[in-house]
Amino acid sequence: MIAGLAFAMPLLLSALIALPVLWWILRAVPPAPIRRRFPGVALLLGLKDDDSQTDKTPWWLLVLRMAALAAAIIGFSGPILNPQAERAGTGPLLIVMDSSWAAARDWSAQLDRTALLLDEASRAGRPVALVQLTDLPVGDPTVQAANAWAARLPLLMPAPFAPDMLAAARWAGGLSAPVETWWIADGLDHPGRADLTDALMALGPVSVFEGARDLVALRPPRFEDGVVRADLIRLGDAPLAVDVIAHGLDPAGIARDLARVPVRFEAGATLAEAEFDLPPELRNRITRFEIAGLRGAGGVALTDDALQRRKVALISGGAADEQQSLLSPLHYLRQALAPSADLIEGALGDMLMASPDVIILVDIATLAPEEEAALIAWVARGGLLVRFAGPRLAASDVARDAAGPLMPVRLRAGGRSVGGAMSWGEPKALSPFADTSPFFGLAIPADVTVTAQVMAQPDPELAARSIATLSDGTPLVTRLAQGQGSVVLFHVTANADWSTLPLSGLFVQMLERLAISTRPAATPAAVDLVGTLWSPQQVLDGFGHLRDAGNRPGVDGADLAAAPLSADLLPGLYAADDRRIARNVIGAETVLVPADWPALVPVEGLEVIAPTELMAGFLSAALILLLVDALAALWLAGRLSGLVRGAGVLVVALALPQGGQAQAVLSPADELALLATSDVRLAYVITGDVTLDEMSRAGLQGLSNTLYQRTSVEPGAPMGVTLETDELSFFPLLYWPIAPDQPLPSAAAYRRLNDYLRSGGMIIFDTRDAHLGGLGSGTPEGRRLRALAAALDIPPLEPIPPDHVLTRTFYLLQDFPGRHPGRDIWVEAAPADAEQVEGMPFRNLNDGVTPVLIGGNDWAAAWAQDAAGRPSYPVGRGATGDRQREIALRFGVNLVMHVLSGNYKSDQVHVPALLDRLGQ
Amino acid sequence: MSDPALHTPQTLRSRAETVAAGLPALMADAQHLAATVLLGVHGRKRAGTGDEFWQYRPAQPGDGYRQIDWRRSALSDGHFIRQTEWQAAQAVMIGVDDAAAMTFSGASTRPPKLRRAQTLAMALAIVAVRGGERVGLTHLNDPPRGGATQLMRMAAALMEPHEPGDYGAPRPQIMPLGSRAVFFSDFLGDASAIETAVGRAADREVKGALVQILDPDEEVFPFEGRTVFESMTGAIRFETLKARSLRDAYLDRLAARKAHLQDICRRIGWRYHLHHTDQPAEPTLLWLYRALERVRS
Repeated sequence: MIAGLAFAMPLLLSALIALPVLWWILRAVPPAPIRRRFPGVALLLGLKDDDSQTDKTPWWLLVLRMAALAAAIIGFSGPILNPQAERAGTGPLLIVMDSSWAAARDWSAQLDRTALLLDEASRAGRPVALVQLTDLPVGDPTVQAANAWAARLPLLMPAPFAPDMLAAARWAGGLSAPVETWWIADGLDHPGRADLTDALMALGPVSVFEGARDLVALRPPRFEDGVVRADLIRLGDAPLAVDVIAHGLDPAGIARDLARVPVRFEAGATLAEAEFDLPPELRNRITRFEIAGLRGAGGVALTDDALQRRKVALISGGAADEQQSLLSPLHYLRQALAPSADLIEGALGDMLMASPDVIILVDIATLAPEEEAALIAWVARGGLLVRFAGPRLAASDVARDAAGPLMPVRLRAGGRSVGGAMSWGEPKALSPFADTSPFFGLAIPADVTVTAQVMAQPDPELAARSIATLSDGTPLVTRLAQGQGSVVLFHVTANADWSTLPLSGLFVQMLERLAISTRPAATPAAVDLVGTLWSPQQVLDGFGHLRDAGNRPGVDGADLAAAPLSADLLPGLYAADDRRIARNVIGAETVLVPADWPALVPVEGLEVIAPTELMAGFLSAALILLLVDALAALWLAGRLSGLVRGAGVLVVALALPQGGQAQAVLSPADELALLATSDVRLAYVITGDVTLDEMSRAGLQGLSNTLYQRTSVEPGAPMGVTLETDELSFFPLLYWPIAPDQPLPSAAAYRRLNDYLRSGGMIIFDTRDAHLGGLGSGTPEGRRLRALAAALDIPPLEPIPPDHVLTRTFYLLQDFPGRHPGRDIWVEAAPADAEQVEGMPFRNLNDGVTPVLIGGNDWAAAWAQDAAGRPSYPVGRGATGDRQREIALRFGVNLVMHVLSGNYKSDQVHVPALLDRLGQ
Repeated sequence: MSDPALHTPQTLRSRAETVAAGLPALMADAQHLAATVLLGVHGRKRAGTGDEFWQYRPAQPGDGYRQIDWRRSALSDGHFIRQTEWQAAQAVMIGVDDAAAMTFSGASTRPPKLRRAQTLAMALAIVAVRGGERVGLTHLNDPPRGGATQLMRMAAALMEPHEPGDYGAPRPQIMPLGSRAVFFSDFLGDASAIETAVGRAADREVKGALVQILDPDEEVFPFEGRTVFESMTGAIRFETLKARSLRDAYLDRLAARKAHLQDICRRIGWRYHLHHTDQPAEPTLLWLYRALERVRS
């Protein structure tokens, strides 16, 4: 694959000569030592290194550095692998693309090749006209700079049909020489290619670029001997195995592969056959066949009514009679329908169970009521009921007064016969079909005559319901829509008794037009379709994708049958009334012929070895080598061990996707959680008043210090919590000093606070007003406390009783002073049934930690300590003040113990020891 | 103009605050540590001066009349003398090496050796003072005293640097006869100085313990590659091309140093203990308490 190696700046390579000098210089510079403070150095003195390790750079490090430098030098000299040989030539350039269905096979390769050609043209500064033969411009092609074409290249699409080479040759003949042509060909010999080649060669030199891959196409499938067969044709002669897939909707309405058949081309064979043996239910669901893994409209064959085999139920009134087969009322129907429909016969009830598409009642006048009801329902659901007249119908009273739900018209009694031995007149012929009739366009053979019929009552709606009439205007076939289905009445018998219609080919065509039978041939003859208008429902694009036809105009039936595919007649599925016809890219007779180029025309493949610029690769290699060198130098210097962990973290961080990085970084909430849970932490509510908050912090810090010194509780530094954002559940205790101007928390904050109180948290409200105004009134703080606590879930409170467990959780206390002395603090009320046992100092209060404690003694101020452990605020005077501060701290210790150990000290087990301490 | 070693009115306050700022933390740590040692009854188990009753013994000729316990003697015919348990306070001299080498910490998660030594020393002092002993620091000229004030004084003195060099050696200023002594150091310096100091103490019938405090890095020598080792002051330098290959030799020397210390202790009846800064301090304090207890009895 290496066609050569060139350098953009070969002179730079001479720098490689300097490498040996560099070797010599680098060798002399050893890695620097690392300096370390280490007290044990005293023990090292006098030790010798065991081996005389060189203090020169090790050889492999030198090689590494040389390689890095060499890579850099080579990289900067601009190496190019497979340098492209330029195509000679000047002047305007015409790039012709076949862009047919066959080009879709290697469309991207064609576009790549075209892009390279445009690059060349751009370098040579040649103006370019790019023409798709399937989309010929009118008159002279647009000539633009190659760059402009390159920008439009991705928009080009292959067409789902073959180019009209003759038209192209005429167009090329009108161009002015000299023009050089580069032709991106699809490899097929489309009719007229030689003409176009001649026309282009007359303009100037022609080069052809043609893919070499095998081309496989699928002919329309056909129904033969109970199986579906599809022929595959191809270009090429190596053995080849492909799969043909039948696509369709499954019963749940989901498109999926219904069947898959492997097909093998033997060496040299250009034709292979895929055979699908499918049950009718499955077969009717197939919407298209395609060759697996092959792009292009040629590998797709849409199915239409030709494969739709309807299930037709035949019911005859005289089934039980012994009759000769030619006289059987069903004989002609069987003959007409058997090639194209699945016939079932039997009792009506049984056949309704088999959900037929069409039910044909031959000369049946009346039905049992429940059968009639079932049949009416079946028609309303979309069934097609076809009735043939006959002696019984003529003799019966069916639809005498009104058109029944199963009869399109009212009938006159008895019917009539014309042209017989006992009647006047000639047998009637058919009048031409009206253009509103589904039979419009069918040729009427002259020998079709009607000798007897049942007569419809004259009726204003009769004309609208007649779809075929006799020459005297009496209806021969009438039709009436019922619900989603319809009822059709042939006013003659299904055998040749009353008319010669069943004997003629018209009978079969009429059944086909009524969508009772389906077309036996893949492509209907043009004459069959004359006069019909077909609207496209789905069309294929060049790649073989089925697209909705949107509002493309309808197509005349004759064109649909015979005209070659073009931009106006795309391959696809066309529908008229109930019938659908598929027009495929490949016809039943299509043969693939490889293109044959004149000897003068050079033919190149599409594949090209693109020039590869190696500069980036070499420079990257140099950079990587330098990085390795840095690591190696660190390793030699003994500094790598510390780096390894960091590098590991870095590698992990780099390897993680963006989402992973988000995980690595802790959210603020997580940080708070980690901080709050690493130790027991007392917490205070941040009120927004900086002085107050600092006092709370200092107070809790002082209390934490006291706890650390005196008890086994070793709290961390206290934390302030913002009620609006922070999670509270980590904290055993929340100190909440009340500031008169404190804002009310939000509803969400109140919800968290209530959760906190219910789940065992404790809030200490401190109004810091020394109860000047009594609880909850008088002072601004008291009023604020009321407002703040209104939304809190606070249990009934009582002034702290003398036997409350807070008086003895750690210290034995009677008072709970802070900076203010005062005993008025409120706690959760004891249960009403708490009784004091005779001889016991305390009531039996075993449950519950009070969720709130409300007081006004300004405890934080009494607890507060500065960083050196000195009290921050004055409390009382002299020794009395010190005592008050000590009691305040003891109260704090009791409080924390109460929160942490609950009602432990309330247990009567401790009573003797406590009594002993109390001196009772 | 300013010798940084001298105080000026501007610096005195801030420096004093700086020194004092460390004191509460040291005291808190030490007290917290000391609280883990529960004080048992540790009388001298012999008659002597003290408060606690020890025994009644029959009066012997030579006993003064004032010694006779008349209430006990009235119960019988003989005269009895009420003896109290000897509770003569013991002096515990504590030496903490705060030379530059002691400020080493191999990792940010470990305290420096000095900090651990100070904590242990103060905790031992607190335990001793609670036990009614007198405590003192060997590098000070003050006699051992008891009481909380002495603890504060010791804490302040401990925070004050007194060993200028890289490595310190016990240089006891005052060593009361028959007292107890504990030296905290890494003992990486000159071994003969240690031997001399301890031997001189032993000559004065001082019993005690050497507590060697080492950082884990000093125990495992986790170094590699070309390295210049410097002592903490930078006075001593040692360069090696391949630190790893020195590990065995270093460990041998360290083991020899430990063995030497143990040998010294064994000869003079002292105790030796090795403490690592990545270990909690409590076991060492307990060991010290037991060790001093044993020497006492």
